[in-house]
Amino acid sequence: MLSSVQNPRVLLLHCRRSKPFHHHHHHHHSKSIHAASLAHPISASIPTSQIQTIQKSILSREKTTRQFAEEFLNRLRLTEPHVKSFLHVSETVLNEADEIDRKIDRNEDIGPLAGVLVAVKDNICTADMPSTAGSKLLENYRPPYDATAVKKLKESGAIIVGKTNLDEFGMGSTTEGSAYHVTANPWNLEYVPGGSSGGSAAAVSARQCVVSLGSDTGGSVRQPASFCGVVGLKPTYGRVSRYGLVAYASSLDVIGCIGTSVADAGILLQSICGHDNLDATSSKREVSDFTSQFISKDYFESQPLKGLRVGVISETLGDGVDQEVVSSIRGAISHLEELGCTVTEVSLPSFSLGLPAYFVLASSESSSNLSRYDGIRYGNQTVSDELSAVYGGSRANGFGPEVKRRILMGTYALSAGYYDAYYKRAQQVRTVVQKSFKAALDVHDILISPAAPSAAYKIGEKKNDPLAMYAGDIMTVNVNMAGLPALVLPCGFVKDGSASLPVGFQMIGSAFDEEKLLKVGHIFEQTLQDMVVAMYHPPWNPGLLFLTSMADPLVTVVFAIVKAA
Amino acid sequence: MALTLFRGIQTRPLLPYSTAFSARKHVIFCSMQSTQTEASTRSKQQAPSNFTETARAKAVEKVLKDFEAIIGIETHVQLSTTTKAFCSCAYNYGSQPNSCVCPVCMGLPGALPVLNSKVIKCAVMLGLALNCKLSLSSKFDRKQYFYPDLPKGYQISQFDIPIATNGFIDVDLPLEFGGGHRRFGITRVHMEEDAGKLLHTGSGRVPLLEIVSEPDMRTGIEAAEYAAELQRVVEIKNLNSFSAMSRAIDFEIARQAELYNQAQADEIVQETRLWEEGSQKTVTMRKKEGLADYRYFPEPDLPEVILTEEYVNGIRDSLPELPEMKRRRYEQMGLTMQDVLFLANDVNVAEFFDATIANISDIKLAANWIMGDIAAYMKNEKLSINEIKLSPQELSDLIGSIKSGTISGKIGKEILLELMEKGGTVKGLIEEKDLVQIVDPDEIEKIIDKVIANNPKQLEQYRGGKTKLQGFFAGQVMKESKGKANPGLLNKILVEKLNAKS
Repeated sequence: MLSSVQNPRVLLLHCRRSKPFHHHHHHHHSKSIHAASLAHPISASIPTSQIQTIQKSILSREKTTRQFAEEFLNRLRLTEPHVKSFLHVSETVLNEADEIDRKIDRNEDIGPLAGVLVAVKDNICTADMPSTAGSKLLENYRPPYDATAVKKLKESGAIIVGKTNLDEFGMGSTTEGSAYHVTANPWNLEYVPGGSSGGSAAAVSARQCVVSLGSDTGGSVRQPASFCGVVGLKPTYGRVSRYGLVAYASSLDVIGCIGTSVADAGILLQSICGHDNLDATSSKREVSDFTSQFISKDYFESQPLKGLRVGVISETLGDGVDQEVVSSIRGAISHLEELGCTVTEVSLPSFSLGLPAYFVLASSESSSNLSRYDGIRYGNQTVSDELSAVYGGSRANGFGPEVKRRILMGTYALSAGYYDAYYKRAQQVRTVVQKSFKAALDVHDILISPAAPSAAYKIGEKKNDPLAMYAGDIMTVNVNMAGLPALVLPCGFVKDGSASLPVGFQMIGSAFDEEKLLKVGHIFEQTLQDMVVAMYHPPWNPGLLFLTSMADPLVTVVFAIVKAA
Repeated sequence: MALTLFRGIQTRPLLPYSTAFSARKHVIFCSMQSTQTEASTRSKQQAPSNFTETARAKAVEKVLKDFEAIIGIETHVQLSTTTKAFCSCAYNYGSQPNSCVCPVCMGLPGALPVLNSKVIKCAVMLGLALNCKLSLSSKFDRKQYFYPDLPKGYQISQFDIPIATNGFIDVDLPLEFGGGHRRFGITRVHMEEDAGKLLHTGSGRVPLLEIVSEPDMRTGIEAAEYAAELQRVVEIKNLNSFSAMSRAIDFEIARQAELYNQAQADEIVQETRLWEEGSQKTVTMRKKEGLADYRYFPEPDLPEVILTEEYVNGIRDSLPELPEMKRRRYEQMGLTMQDVLFLANDVNVAEFFDATIANISDIKLAANWIMGDIAAYMKNEKLSINEIKLSPQELSDLIGSIKSGTISGKIGKEILLELMEKGGTVKGLIEEKDLVQIVDPDEIEKIIDKVIANNPKQLEQYRGGKTKLQGFFAGQVMKESKGKANPGLLNKILVEKLNAKS
């Protein structure tokens, strides 16, 4: 039915793949951890839904929930010292797994996410774990309540494995902005995992958990998904309740899903979305059954996406975009054409305006949202007789440099005399962006762009160049400004010296039409053939253990080596 | 519960014209905080005597020959919703500090405000009652400043698009202050959350409506009447310091005029002053607050407030009769302005009056009873009309019984006292005490015969020319009838009997 993807980059990978899989994996494994150099990606199978696999196994009692949980926890223990995805790891995972096994024994309803280990970005409130938002100001802060998304996860049977690292309050693109530690990209430990949901993307990529929640204000789910070679889903604004999400920019923030397959991202979204009385901006729109889209490849027609109108945003493949990224996107486009899509280029002239407008709006809202951190209720209070000195001192000591930068920008933009020139003008740009997306989506079913202008870069490379970092958000911020849903999925690799790093492409859909994105994404990844799917797994990653079996002797050897390392 | 604050006392001329002797105008913005609670009791405070009121008014009058005071009023109405403005936490006035809090009202990270729909309904009702233009689409904004009692670092309010604008309120000034009709403009009505009071979060985040008037008032009395009318419109239950407000404003007018006359006008600055009841003075509370930049911007956590014509019309149709309409209705009934103001300006009295006159035709009589014996009793006993035991039904029965001659007016007054003190029905009391007037001439004649027979000596004297004794006989007959004999019949028959040739 399908030929291979036409991307030369991918074809190259295809050639490399000829080496014996297990052996190869084995050798590079221990090496890569020390040298942080990337080995060749290894083929596995077409991405399957880990969630469905777990559900099937535990219900058929092929495996217990505890066995699955132990596999993930073991891997987490091995990889975490290198990747550092987490700020907190739950101590009750096995107990919760046992509880699900007991429920299965009693033939009780276990929920659609039963036994699924979910990592949660640390700016999403959890009642039984710290929730620091990556900031010193919330060090040791334990909220008295669960965010609605977390509450829904628990009701679906999910096990919260821990809280993942992020740029402080979600402000950043590398996770280097965390007040606690830097997270590494599992594909190459010298590289950033992206951000701000870098911990959530890295945790999924390293198979430390099944799926994870992130938050996306300007691309914070999609860009790290691209950098870490996993699937990232940014739902429509209002699709998922923001109640319990520590606010960065309220009109742009949305909780998103990260997984190793489109199906998992969709199943995760299904369980957390819907109207919530506690969030006045959450939509009352009916939620369709996303999982009904995930039909087996065996039932695909020869051109399963025949007639789908795909618009490639021309502004996103021009100057300033890494040529290898462009090639990967072109490869993905060819693949979509083979699936029957009608692909045309579409110009969004307002595209470049989105970035500055985004930074004005996001900074303005954050300057207000973060004013509650005044040292009176949380964090270390600076002692002074004078009230303004208590506020000033506590904030000066508590916030990191990027957060301060954005608070200052936002406060400036909202100040008397500047409001019209900055905030108001940015709102006008936002309206223009919304209209141009609407017009483009009237004639196209989905729009396509890269998820980021480059693949992951080295840790420290852009740390002291905020403008370069901001520029990296250009592919994603417009989508937040327009409130639209977008799905990022891996489509190739980019070489940086000896390192080879994944990149993803972004599909943008109409508001509240996640269903279409998931359907297209699912067909896309199911038809990639096994050779490209390799990219879903970091080379040294013991994540493959999951896909084979703990009992596999060779894998056990790998395990032992990693352990020794 | 009333807190009188003066805010924004401006020194710059506000209006282009001036009075004969004044070149400057001062605008006094008076901010009123009022609280409505179900558990409140009626005002029992005695107003200052008319003498001091008059003296004060005269002193201000003198100042106002040289100056024109320009007064605008900002009023915060706390709603008696059972939940707070932006969360579903129960709100009970006077409850234990911090006993009714949730992540939302604590401003915890991740918490979001959700608007209580009752607040919108109240705002629409108030906007309509104040003859405002309603914004079918309004929004919320954040007003940002740091303060220990402001957990989020901003207050949710409405800035450039309030829910209601451009209204007015009609007032009839009390007759003792010269009377007269005034119309005061309403600039805007908007919704906001109450900034927390101190660190007592339990009472914070309560829904508020803020009403801003045009600077249309010129004296303390006008300001107080504006406030009183507002109270009647929104039925604020326990605001009892209108006289304090009036005194405070008059003090402020005098103080500013004095400073100006002594060439110290630069000491008149924009500030918040507090009225001290003990010393009868205003004192500085906060200065320089006008300089703050609140960096207002649209509240992204709350959607726009969209009102449909249908919704507004539904509320308009359900509005109760407004005090101004009530006053005009009473006026058309032929009542004097004195009666109108007394009956219409207390919603409970008005309700009582309307219920009383539902069954009888003599409106003036009902007004007289309420304003006379009943008002006197309420004043002596310090009770409100809702606290006396008399019901409007019984008052109309009582008036009916007197008019029909069933009981005498004298007995009516006695019964009234008992009804107010102990309750019961007019009919029951008349029967129980056997108070029905004797109107049967035969029966009266029998009593007269008996009295005459028992007093032969007095009869002889009468017939001997001492006709003044008629009063003695009448008294005896009334006594014998236990006060029930119809006085007219009694006298008519008595004279006939006394003068009869035997």
